[in-house]
Amino acid sequence: MTQSRRDFIKTQAAIAAAAAAGVSLPSVGGAQSPDDGIRWDKGVCRFCGTGCGELIGVKDNRVVAIQGDPDAPVNRGLNCIKGYFLAKIMYGKDRLTQPLLRKRNGQYDKDGEFTPVSWDEAFDVMAEKWKAALKDKGPTAVGMFGSGQWTIWEGYAAAKLMKAGLRSNNIDPNARHCMASAVVGFIRAFGIDEPMGCYDDLEHADTFVLWGANMAEMHPILWSRLTNTRLSKEGCEVHVLSTFENRCYELADNGIVFVPQTDLAILNYIANYIIQNDAVNWDFVDKHVNFTVTPTDIGYGLRDDHPLQKQAENPNAGKLTKIDFETYKKHVAEYTLDYTSELSGVPAEKLERLAEAYAHPTRKVSSYWTMGFNQHTRGSWVNGLVYNIHLLTGKISEPGNSPFSLTGQPSACGTAREVGTFAHRLPADLVVMNEKHRQAAEQIWQLPEGTIPGKPGYHAVLQNRMLKDGKLNAYWVQCTNNMQAAPNMNEESFPGYRNPDNFIAVSDPYPTVTALTADLILPTAMWMEKEGAYGNAERRTQFWRQQVKAPGEGRSDVWQVMEFSKRFTAEEVWPEDLLAQKPEYRGKTLFDILFANGEVDKFPLSELQEGFDNDESMDFGFYVQKGLYEEYRRFQFEGPKKGHEMAEFEVYHKTRGLRWPVIDGKETLWRFREGYDPHVKQGEGVKFYGKPDGRANIIFAPFEPAAEVPDEDYDLWLSTGRVLEHWHSGSMTRRVPELHRAVPSAVIFMHPRDARDRGFKRGQVVKVQTRRGEVSTRVETRGRNRPPRGLVFMPWFDESQLVNKLTLDATCPLSKETDFKKCACRVVKA
Amino acid sequence: MNDKAKPGREGFDRRRFMANAAKTACGVGLAGLALGLFARQARSLPAAALRPPGAGPEEDFLGACVRCGLCVRDCPYDTLMLSALGEEVAVGTPYFLAREIPCEMCEDIPCVVACPTGALDPALTEINDARMGLAVLVDQETCLNFLGLRCDVCYRVCPLIDQAITLERQENLRTGKHAMFIPTVHSEHCTGCGKCEKACVLDEAAIKVLPLKLAKGDRGGHYRLGWVEKEKEGGELVPGLIDLPDRLPGGVLP
Repeated sequence: MTQSRRDFIKTQAAIAAAAAAGVSLPSVGGAQSPDDGIRWDKGVCRFCGTGCGELIGVKDNRVVAIQGDPDAPVNRGLNCIKGYFLAKIMYGKDRLTQPLLRKRNGQYDKDGEFTPVSWDEAFDVMAEKWKAALKDKGPTAVGMFGSGQWTIWEGYAAAKLMKAGLRSNNIDPNARHCMASAVVGFIRAFGIDEPMGCYDDLEHADTFVLWGANMAEMHPILWSRLTNTRLSKEGCEVHVLSTFENRCYELADNGIVFVPQTDLAILNYIANYIIQNDAVNWDFVDKHVNFTVTPTDIGYGLRDDHPLQKQAENPNAGKLTKIDFETYKKHVAEYTLDYTSELSGVPAEKLERLAEAYAHPTRKVSSYWTMGFNQHTRGSWVNGLVYNIHLLTGKISEPGNSPFSLTGQPSACGTAREVGTFAHRLPADLVVMNEKHRQAAEQIWQLPEGTIPGKPGYHAVLQNRMLKDGKLNAYWVQCTNNMQAAPNMNEESFPGYRNPDNFIAVSDPYPTVTALTADLILPTAMWMEKEGAYGNAERRTQFWRQQVKAPGEGRSDVWQVMEFSKRFTAEEVWPEDLLAQKPEYRGKTLFDILFANGEVDKFPLSELQEGFDNDESMDFGFYVQKGLYEEYRRFQFEGPKKGHEMAEFEVYHKTRGLRWPVIDGKETLWRFREGYDPHVKQGEGVKFYGKPDGRANIIFAPFEPAAEVPDEDYDLWLSTGRVLEHWHSGSMTRRVPELHRAVPSAVIFMHPRDARDRGFKRGQVVKVQTRRGEVSTRVETRGRNRPPRGLVFMPWFDESQLVNKLTLDATCPLSKETDFKKCACRVVKA
Repeated sequence: MNDKAKPGREGFDRRRFMANAAKTACGVGLAGLALGLFARQARSLPAAALRPPGAGPEEDFLGACVRCGLCVRDCPYDTLMLSALGEEVAVGTPYFLAREIPCEMCEDIPCVVACPTGALDPALTEINDARMGLAVLVDQETCLNFLGLRCDVCYRVCPLIDQAITLERQENLRTGKHAMFIPTVHSEHCTGCGKCEKACVLDEAAIKVLPLKLAKGDRGGHYRLGWVEKEKEGGELVPGLIDLPDRLPGGVLP
């Protein structure tokens, strides 16, 4: 049977239609009584970075029911509406069950039809393409795009294959689109990644400030915790900032809508206010802080030949210069109340109230942010600016005083960041640019010296550009829907995937937009079909066992990576000088060198939990997940950077997750403070040990305008984002009929007067246009989001309205994260 | 690209209705039977069937509606249907089922504009003033938000969010650290459009739009809410009443 692309689309359309009609696709039965034959075991929610604990009910090799784990510390048995439907996400009617290769006349053909093939044939063709690219242009011609939804060992194995085996740093995760700016913010300020606080701050704080985080919809369970504190604690107040009113404003004591990009100015105004009103915590600042300034006019991360990039005086520059307090004071003094109010469009009294909240001598303040800060052409700066405020007041690293970067994916922290799946990173906070870090990795991985290249690979946006330019030719996407997610689809992503020079493989459980744009689709085991581990936003690492088998020939990402590594011998991928260092590797495959290396294959099958499947381990003959994890763990204890220590593998199967560093059997809730963090010695008080001198950086950065600002031709700001009911590109939630019925399609949220001025009625079909493309949608002037005049908001979950045809691939020049919140568009009658 | 999938439906358009009615009449050959059916059906409307915007009390509406079907023809979302023979709704009259296709609350209310008789009140020009029914959270036992989960889909799809449906916050005493968000319908704003019932994620909706007559209690006139009346009045209804100070031991503040 030949399944064509058209068949896929038809199947999907049928399912969408069935769902819209309220027709139940095969449904799952609930647990009725303890003796109904359901086996319950611990799991983690598949969706956001909150990390809700679940209990998974299995009967006859099928997840038939879910319950929120009543004892899970994060959610205490609760779930949002996505978690409520977890039992249905694996059972969409169009699950992929066999590899599909584009073929014509029995041969691979870029313009052929998707045809079922065996795994052997799939990997044969794929390996041939990869070897050709390696031979032709070297390691920079192969690449991989991964995910903050990969399990910890999936990310680790993929990074190892790419960086150690194929010697290419061209691996990057979708987390680049999500929290790369947060990472740069952490590294620049503290020298070590991830938040110092934890979710317990939600109960400890007196004041909450949301900076570009729509927690009410995107972190629903955390929002219910924040709301409970607001409700039950006398005097608690909530400040909400965004470029349009969202559901959080309903709880806001001080709701602020600011002109896009002016958050940079507002944060500097607050710092100025703190200094002017003598609210600096000098004891803290004198002991624990350095003042610095970052280079300005750094461009917008666009292609080098883009006019905006050519205009920039210091493109991509980020080296910090030390300054003294007086210089810093002078810099922020420009951000007066009047100037900031004028620039941001925010009434002065609202700004003052916000600044007072931070400057208050005793009230505990927690700040939260997600994509409003991170997806920002000055994302790395703006992350730093909020730390400036917490550092000036010393409101950091203790219960309730917490600047907290929330994550959008279940393992953006645990996988994407911690195991080193970024183009510049190695496991446990090490980086490829640092020779000592490379050496440490080569030692643990038993590699010849000089195996890992020292130059960072292509980041997410650059990968698509390089595909288009024909410099990246063999490419593998796992566990993410990047055709739908990446910016500027028309000009960059789509031409890159369909470039005849390139071979694109996509691993996914479902025929996503990305899969359908590929040349080879690999059917993938998802979520409870494999043993897994995720790390949430509060540094909590959570494990689960394989609960059911994947349908058909579906295989997990880690199996795919390891199996694919068998196709390469050392001689095919390493130069002679490396082989000469390790002659014992001659004739060996990358599987032998990377995975059957005495470490990863050290734990026998007898250690598997009885009664549970573990398909990868049974296939390879050793406890795959444990071996990968324990090898990764060596980086935490033997590597040159401390602070990421985790517990032994088995401990996580017995606990509801642990927050690292885990030392002497204890979790760490607040980092960098004596008594809470085992790395801070008695008498040190506070120590930012990620920095050599133990001091955090206050980094001055000014206001600079956005990359593309509305003008006469394109007169509206376009912001994109999510809705509670759907997760990211909707590849899972749109296959749950009830969620599809609740929110079947995207709309464009618009101010009623903006709609009236253009002659639009609510519900009318319109075209949204930018300089890069056009999308049809319907006008919504009511409902959950209320944009101010001059701004429209459109969610990106709907694959029938690909909003990333419109977005601009401008990034923060330091973090390389796209600004999905700001470009110029116009809306016209359809 | 984003055409709404149109589900299969029980209702008929006008032409099919006429044809079917004619066939039925011919087939049975007993016009009297049809009339009998019609008379019996006309008395009451089933609870799930909602009338278009601007329809008055059922008896008045049935008196004024000439069964022309123009409102159904002009409904851009195919929300409205014409009742056919054998259905519980008076034959030939327009209605909709919220769980199938709710009212999208068009700004220009084309169904009312199309009505030639005033059965749909032409004075209704602002759709927010429509009262097609009233949403009622009929089952608190299954509603996920009453259990502390974060569903609140009914709230977020409400075209009059924060007015017709609000989320009333309560502490979740079981978990001790989460708030519960209780969806609460306000009849002064709810138009009965049915978006909430349509979107409810349960197999059987916990929130349903009912005809006003079924949905709404009536307190009668013999009791007024003191705090409401005081607010309306802008002060005490009986002015000039005084309060004497309490005797307290020294140092205790009143």
